[in-house]
Amino acid sequence: MTTAPGHPASAAGSPAAGAPPGQSANGRGRKGDVQGTRRLAALLLSPTLLVLALVIGYPVLAGFRESLYARGEGLDDQGFVVEGDRFAGLGNYTAIFQGDRAAAFWNAFGNTTFFTVTTVVLETVIGVAMALIMHQMFRGRALVRASILVPWAIPTAISGLLWRWIFQADGAANAVLREQILWTADGFPAKMAIVVAEVWKTSPFIGLLVLAGLQMIPREVYEAARVDGAGPVQQFWRITLPLVKPALLVAVLFRMLDALRMFDLPAVLIGVNQKSVETLTMLAWFEASNLRYGSAAAYATVLFLYIAVIAYLFVKLLGADIIGEARRQDRGARKGARKKVTA
Amino acid sequence: MRRIPPNGGTPLAGIVACAALALSLTACGGDDDGGSQGGGTAGLEGRGPITFVTGKDRSGNLQKQVDAWNSDHPQEQVRVIELPDEPNDQRQQMIQNATTKSDAYSVLNLDVVWTAEFAANRWLVELPMASLSGGSGGSSPQAEKGKIDLSAMLPATVKTGQYRGRLYAVPSTSDAGMLYYREDLLEKAGIAEPPKTYQEMWDACDKVQKLPEGEDADCYFTEVNKTESMTISAVEAITAAGGSIIGPDGKPALNTPQARQGLEFLVDAKKTRMPKEAVTLDTEGGRRYFQSGKLVFQRQWPYQYALANEDDGSSEVAGKFAVAPLPGPDGPGVANLGGHNLAISAFAANKATSLDFINYLTGADAQRANLLATSQAPTIAALYDDPEMVKKFPYLPVLKKAIETAEPRPVAVKYGDVTAAIQGEMYDAVTGKKPAEQALNDLQAKLGPLTAQ
Repeated sequence: MTTAPGHPASAAGSPAAGAPPGQSANGRGRKGDVQGTRRLAALLLSPTLLVLALVIGYPVLAGFRESLYARGEGLDDQGFVVEGDRFAGLGNYTAIFQGDRAAAFWNAFGNTTFFTVTTVVLETVIGVAMALIMHQMFRGRALVRASILVPWAIPTAISGLLWRWIFQADGAANAVLREQILWTADGFPAKMAIVVAEVWKTSPFIGLLVLAGLQMIPREVYEAARVDGAGPVQQFWRITLPLVKPALLVAVLFRMLDALRMFDLPAVLIGVNQKSVETLTMLAWFEASNLRYGSAAAYATVLFLYIAVIAYLFVKLLGADIIGEARRQDRGARKGARKKVTA
Repeated sequence: MRRIPPNGGTPLAGIVACAALALSLTACGGDDDGGSQGGGTAGLEGRGPITFVTGKDRSGNLQKQVDAWNSDHPQEQVRVIELPDEPNDQRQQMIQNATTKSDAYSVLNLDVVWTAEFAANRWLVELPMASLSGGSGGSSPQAEKGKIDLSAMLPATVKTGQYRGRLYAVPSTSDAGMLYYREDLLEKAGIAEPPKTYQEMWDACDKVQKLPEGEDADCYFTEVNKTESMTISAVEAITAAGGSIIGPDGKPALNTPQARQGLEFLVDAKKTRMPKEAVTLDTEGGRRYFQSGKLVFQRQWPYQYALANEDDGSSEVAGKFAVAPLPGPDGPGVANLGGHNLAISAFAANKATSLDFINYLTGADAQRANLLATSQAPTIAALYDDPEMVKKFPYLPVLKKAIETAEPRPVAVKYGDVTAAIQGEMYDAVTGKKPAEQALNDLQAKLGPLTAQ
């Protein structure tokens, strides 16, 4: 929408195609017009921007500010906690990477990354398979669709409890496997338990989004492919996957951001302070629950940066789809303008 | 609109992604005011309506007691605020209330291990304590009006309400571990007395496990999962050996032979005497295990007594077990203290009413009624010798002995950090990830800065 005012200006034969449209306009009347439109656009958008600033901007800044302070350090002679904030600068950040806490941090960092990679990969594969099944025409399709979505509808804490029962020493998992694995004790099996429960819970999410993508693919494309003699495998790799890719990438991105913030499932299924499943959010939680809000905010900020980097890389490397549409339109408009100029 | 744009996705998706990022950051922002007054003993004044903040009241007895108070005190009504079941959630909410200096909470029902943290942060009012010693011996309570008379209570429980010698909370319920044992199996194996030492316990096991009924039974269980229970088991093992986690001087004392002996008992017991799945069993898991008849000896809280005696088929061991004091290396062991204390929030409005209400709830009559209704261990010593009570709760004499000799968990302002460190290192030792010696050294190093004053 915001690129629309650019069109008349460029069409008027602006030589500087790369410059912002408002400045490139020659006619004074036009210029005023454009500025008026821009002002109106800004005015109309301002409530949205204000809300965003309040609910996103302010908390982020307040969290960052909190991370620069420390308090409640040490006791006075009466045994009372010394009061007042102390400006700690980046002290809360450097403390994360020192000594014991560094080991805990890198352990949690590793766990978070491990959970994100394994669960998202598995969820993607299973989710796509689910979507393909749900997309088929067969009797009882509605029932299958509904039942696939059940895990997604169960609150995470509840599914954590369910899986806790399944994974306890005399639970269903061991009965089925005929093994004596201590899933819920701190150790490697606990990681596996988390991955299984998380994949079970969130595959339907990817399945649902991919299904929406599948339903947008026109039937004719497949008919044409069949006429050309493409087999089902070829059809999947050459038609289905490329056409469903935008929806799939959005789903995967969402899942990644979500998995990087994982807290409730490991906390309920295994417990807090368990080395093998401790994630970065749990470290921040632990700091906050022990009244070190500054340090907790520092952990949260580090996690924020990590998530931001991952999201940026994902968008950059895998198609830039989230904001790509708008940008391409913009570029297309400019190209068109340049063509007219040269003509 | 049949076709999706070749380069799908919407700008909205970007916004949602941003919001998701932002949420991850803001989940932990605290408020940023620092100064506070509070604390201090001055001014237990003000009468009027108050609130009582506590965990879930399952029996309904608390509400009954509050109703009785309310009908006697129309101007000083008490409203019960129930917090979530999880102790940690209760603590969170109380802390939140304190950091915002809200007067919504008046009387707090605190776990015994929170006293130091709450007192040191000036979230509690210091309570006027009548001298415990016989100074005013025999005189009526009026002699020290407005002061709390704790002389009827078990001294060990009173200690849990104190911080640096000052009283901040009045004990209302207590708790201590006891040794549950299978009386029937011991009898069959020809053992008349419950074991007093670890060695006697292991010997008894060896005999019982030779019986056809005892073949599949595991010998012993105390909680070793990585939770608060791990801390309790570790404290019990180490204090039984004569050591302590944090010494009387307030410094960690894990580099002692006693601490090592204590931990080695836990490690050996886990390795050779406990069920294979011991590290996954929590308090309730342990109870189910005992009730399924697969355990000869178990360290457990008193609440299991009634449940394991249910004859509705839920327990295989109903009528087949008894309790005894915990064993130790060379004689009786040392139990760890649990329980709850009542305190007044520093930010409460009607502190005089709050104090009266605490005196009412911790009085002998209320505790007696509470024991009958909930089987929660009282803090009034005389109730343990009351024949009517002992008839209903046969374990009371054993429990009294356990509480009298019990030791509290480490008293630390940063208790959350201290217990997390203990749990981590002890778990590593018990599961064999670290030699006991190294776990103790690491814990000593970790607790140093946490207990520095």
